Amino acid sequence: MSSNQKFTPHSWPDHPEKATAEGKNKVTGFWLFLGGETVLFATLFATYLALKDKGPSGMKFTSQELFELPLAFVMTMLLLTSSLTSVYAMYHMKSYNFKAMQAWLSITVLLGLGFLGLEIYEFTEYVHEGFGFSQSAFSTSFFTLVGTHGVHVVIGLVWITLLMLRNSKRGLDLYNAPKYYLASLYWHFIDVVWVFIFTVVYLMGVM
Amino acid sequence: MKGLKKWRFLALLSALTVFLSACGEKDLTTLSPAGQVGKDQHNLLLLSLAIMTLVIVVVVIIYVLVIMKFRRKKIGENVIPKQVEGSMKLEIIWTVIPIILLLVLAVPTVYYTYKLADTKAMEGSNKEKQAEVVTVNVTAKLYWWEFEYPNQGIVTSQELIVPTGQKVYFKLKAGDVKHSFWIPSIGGKMDTNVENVNKFYLTFDEESKDLKEGVFYGKCAELCGPSHALMDFKVKTVAKDDFDSWVTKMKATKDRKTLGSVEQQGEAIFKQSCISCHATSGAGAGTGIAPNLATFGDRTRIAGILEHNDKNLKNWIKDPQAYKEGNMMPKPEKINNGKAFTDEELTALSAYLMSLTVEN
Amino acid sequence: MSSVATKKKGLGAHIWDYITTVDHKKIAHLYLVAGTLFFVIGGIEAMLIRIQLAKPDNDFLSAGLFNEVMTMHGTTMIFLAAMPLVFAFMNAIVPLQIGARDVAFPFLNSLGFWLFLFGGVFLNLSWFFTGAPDAGWTSYASLSLMSPGHGIDFYALGLQISGAGTLISGINFLVTIINMRAPGMTYMRMPLFTWTAFVASALILFAFPPLTIGLFFMIFDRMFSGNFFVHTMGGNTIIWEHLFWIFGHPEVYILILPAFGIFSEIFATFSRKRLFGYPSMVFATILIGFLGFMVWAHHMFTVGLGPTANAIFSVATMAIAVPTGMKIFNWLMTMWGGSIKITTPMLYALGFIPSFVAGGVTGIMQASAPLDYQLHDSYFIVAHFHYVIVGGVVLALFAGAHYYWPIMFNQMLNETLGKITFVFFFVGFHLTFFLQHFLGLMGMPRRVAVFKAGQGLDLFNFISTIGAFLMAIGVIILVINVIITAIKGVPAGRDPWEDGRTLEWAIPQPIPFYNFKQTPLIRGLDPYWIEKMDGNKEGMLYAEPLSDIHMPNNSFIPVVMSFGFFVAAFGAMFHQETSWGLYVLIGGLAITALGMIYRSVKDDHGYYIKKEDLLDDKGGKH
Repeated sequence: MSSNQKFTPHSWPDHPEKATAEGKNKVTGFWLFLGGETVLFATLFATYLALKDKGPSGMKFTSQELFELPLAFVMTMLLLTSSLTSVYAMYHMKSYNFKAMQAWLSITVLLGLGFLGLEIYEFTEYVHEGFGFSQSAFSTSFFTLVGTHGVHVVIGLVWITLLMLRNSKRGLDLYNAPKYYLASLYWHFIDVVWVFIFTVVYLMGVM
Repeated sequence: MKGLKKWRFLALLSALTVFLSACGEKDLTTLSPAGQVGKDQHNLLLLSLAIMTLVIVVVVIIYVLVIMKFRRKKIGENVIPKQVEGSMKLEIIWTVIPIILLLVLAVPTVYYTYKLADTKAMEGSNKEKQAEVVTVNVTAKLYWWEFEYPNQGIVTSQELIVPTGQKVYFKLKAGDVKHSFWIPSIGGKMDTNVENVNKFYLTFDEESKDLKEGVFYGKCAELCGPSHALMDFKVKTVAKDDFDSWVTKMKATKDRKTLGSVEQQGEAIFKQSCISCHATSGAGAGTGIAPNLATFGDRTRIAGILEHNDKNLKNWIKDPQAYKEGNMMPKPEKINNGKAFTDEELTALSAYLMSLTVEN
Repeated sequence: MSSVATKKKGLGAHIWDYITTVDHKKIAHLYLVAGTLFFVIGGIEAMLIRIQLAKPDNDFLSAGLFNEVMTMHGTTMIFLAAMPLVFAFMNAIVPLQIGARDVAFPFLNSLGFWLFLFGGVFLNLSWFFTGAPDAGWTSYASLSLMSPGHGIDFYALGLQISGAGTLISGINFLVTIINMRAPGMTYMRMPLFTWTAFVASALILFAFPPLTIGLFFMIFDRMFSGNFFVHTMGGNTIIWEHLFWIFGHPEVYILILPAFGIFSEIFATFSRKRLFGYPSMVFATILIGFLGFMVWAHHMFTVGLGPTANAIFSVATMAIAVPTGMKIFNWLMTMWGGSIKITTPMLYALGFIPSFVAGGVTGIMQASAPLDYQLHDSYFIVAHFHYVIVGGVVLALFAGAHYYWPIMFNQMLNETLGKITFVFFFVGFHLTFFLQHFLGLMGMPRRVAVFKAGQGLDLFNFISTIGAFLMAIGVIILVINVIITAIKGVPAGRDPWEDGRTLEWAIPQPIPFYNFKQTPLIRGLDPYWIEKMDGNKEGMLYAEPLSDIHMPNNSFIPVVMSFGFFVAAFGAMFHQETSWGLYVLIGGLAITALGMIYRSVKDDHGYYIKKEDLLDDKGGKH
């Protein structure tokens, strides 16, 4: 199937992301990439656990006192919801409803921005309290783990936004369907990583 | 024809020389171990070598046969061999036999891994019993070694002195970057990490006095900077009684009196310029700042590497960087109000340092 | 571009073509050239090391300079020579072996190469700034944090950039092999080189992220006041050792598995016989890849992990001998009953077996933890890993170069010179490294800038240096061979070894840039051999009628994106001591991001080669 063919909801394939050879390769490749990303985050988690609460003698910060569960909980909810809205967007992509897809993606981006705003607020709070990046091995590993996730969120937001802007006029076709699909896949991955961060860093931190 | 024979003879001779020199020097080589740990490891070496030789022999036999029998020149240009897919029977054979061979090696490996890690004796809470155990706290620094004997209450550096015939326990750590503590002819090594203390033991079965320099050589085995290669230490192994008397003498260095006027002059300079880093008393605990010089006169080498004489000592003090790149000892200008030591001062210092001895 | 008609091109156009190419065959050439260049640099560094250690108390290199040379030798050889040369053959051969017109992501293929090259160049620029990295290729954390100057910064940033390229290429090959196999090319009909490339790529995918993270930690600690490895701030240097070896051990298999693949092809071809026990060879490859992730701590037996960890990792390491042994015996049995023709590639393959067995058994000796306490960080380990890496990987690369030269350049390297190269290199190799086992046992630690006279180490070190010179002569003859062959320019034609078995030999020479006019249909293992035996003069069956071929466009963006990282790395390095560093860092990253966005936003649908053009064009040249 050629990638710039025009479609109706009827002729639109069931799996538009895998309808072309390029799309199929992209989906396979992206899953593999996420496999590598998983190892990457696993490494960060392992390091964080090894260095948790470790610092120079007399360090006053511990995970127990530092983390605020309510804030982290709100962030989790925002990101989980955004994952759900991106599922809706993909649902509409598969039924060739471009406008609905764009709308749901916009909501996803807004929720993501909300999450990002709270994360920036959280980080600045910590720095104000004296818990900066260089304060201890604990702080370095915390900011690196959560910050790497944050960078992923930024990349995901830029990616989805660019996709929406770039294709706003031309609508869906088999050339950009895989792109939308992968962006949403990426967003889910970010969400899953956050669930682990919430559990390992925040829940296990205050326990 | 004759020329060829001569050539063969020479080749044989040189091969023999190479073979004979393959054991190394007694004070450094792992191949003639002088302690139980090293002997255990040497036995493992022989066992694994035997198994591996067996494997190599089998492979080589098949290999030679294959090359001799199945060359195209031999079997003809246009032969199309039978396209064999494989053989289950053979596959099983060359899976099962190696597994058995590896088990033969794995069992002693696991046994010795636990045996060589058994350092329970050094942790006991019974104080009297503990005093009997020889434990050495080793601190590795760029590029020297400190040896502290907590149960005996003494400290020395660069030259480790240990009793023969009993286990000597080591607590190892590094003071700056990672090093590794290795006495090849006694037993294999343990890293000195910056963040934790490693423990292991060695036994010393032979006295070192008959060796070429009267000591076993110790090495730093982990890259630690420019002078990694020069971070040698020496090990003197002595009988238990000699060790005890050495300990007593070490304790006495606290109130040692310097005799001779030149030496006293040297002591005065030392007290002014060097004492802030170097201790001259072997009693007490280690500082980890600079090598303890309580036994300087007894040493085998200056700075671990240079021949032990006056001239080398003076040269070393004049410019340590010239002999051990990247070491931490300052030039005299730094510690002597911006001036180099005069020859007279160096002579005095050298005489004083050489007089710091407990063995003579 | 869309015209297939032959036209004359100037040198500039050729260079531009190579800079922007997305053709896997040309990227293979790029990898080969760049890899060889770094191989020569690393080789010169090796010679400097051996000259310094030719006699006791030598002062040819100062101690600090020695550490830089030694570090750069290891780092260059592993990351900048062996890896790209392996990639050169993977790029040149894998798509042809599976019947694909290109890799899955031609653009990413190009990006992978340029990232590697810019990373490698960046690392080597360290010589011209404040000195090269000097903490060994393992760059253990306590030493590398203390190392003055920017050497270690170059190491961390350079490897980060080229590592990203490797990761991208790894994913690319995985997808290529999963998705782009020709009809009938099932997994169990894939040539063994493709299989090993597949498993090696999977290892890259899972082994490189820990390195990426480890390098980021080092970058943060050294340049952005992080505390991962600063023990006074609660950090832990052992974390670096774990991360490095979780990457580092699979890395060894990333190199050796494709080497096994190359030898498997050579043994089958020049024995005129199907690879013996193909399924068990595939199984052994996968098993080695899998076990490769379970054994990293055998590099850390002396770190003090405790007897239980040491015992477990000892036994796990020994287990790797079983699949490796399977391979050795399968190769021997491939030759058994075959018709062995001793060509240069086959000579290398025959040299490989005893060399690699020797390297393998010393590996087993070191797997025994208590014994390793003696062998670790001594010259024994230096001998061991050179036996597996030179005796395995480098021999495979040389063998592969001779074997695949006709596929890559449509020319044959001179056989006589090839055999002379082999003799020099092989003899030199054993002379250099065999005695180093004994040097280690005799108490010589590795990475020493000098050794003292009178410790019984003089003779063997001297002989070792002589061996190194023989190896250097071998390499020089190989280079001469390449130059002579290129000047002569005699076309090799299809299947020049006459015993080709796999699909790449069935393609008419010179190989057209679209590889296959029609996608082939595969009927079994060794498809070309099957067709030859069936008397099929075409060499392959076709799975589709002749039709238009979709091709990707060339692109300059990979160079731009890689250059962005290159610039950013300078910024990161100097941001603490200069006022402009931070802006350069941001600017560099912005260049890369803009390249990426441009690539994403600008549609690139590629182009089509028309059916009629394919019919006209016999040779398939540009």
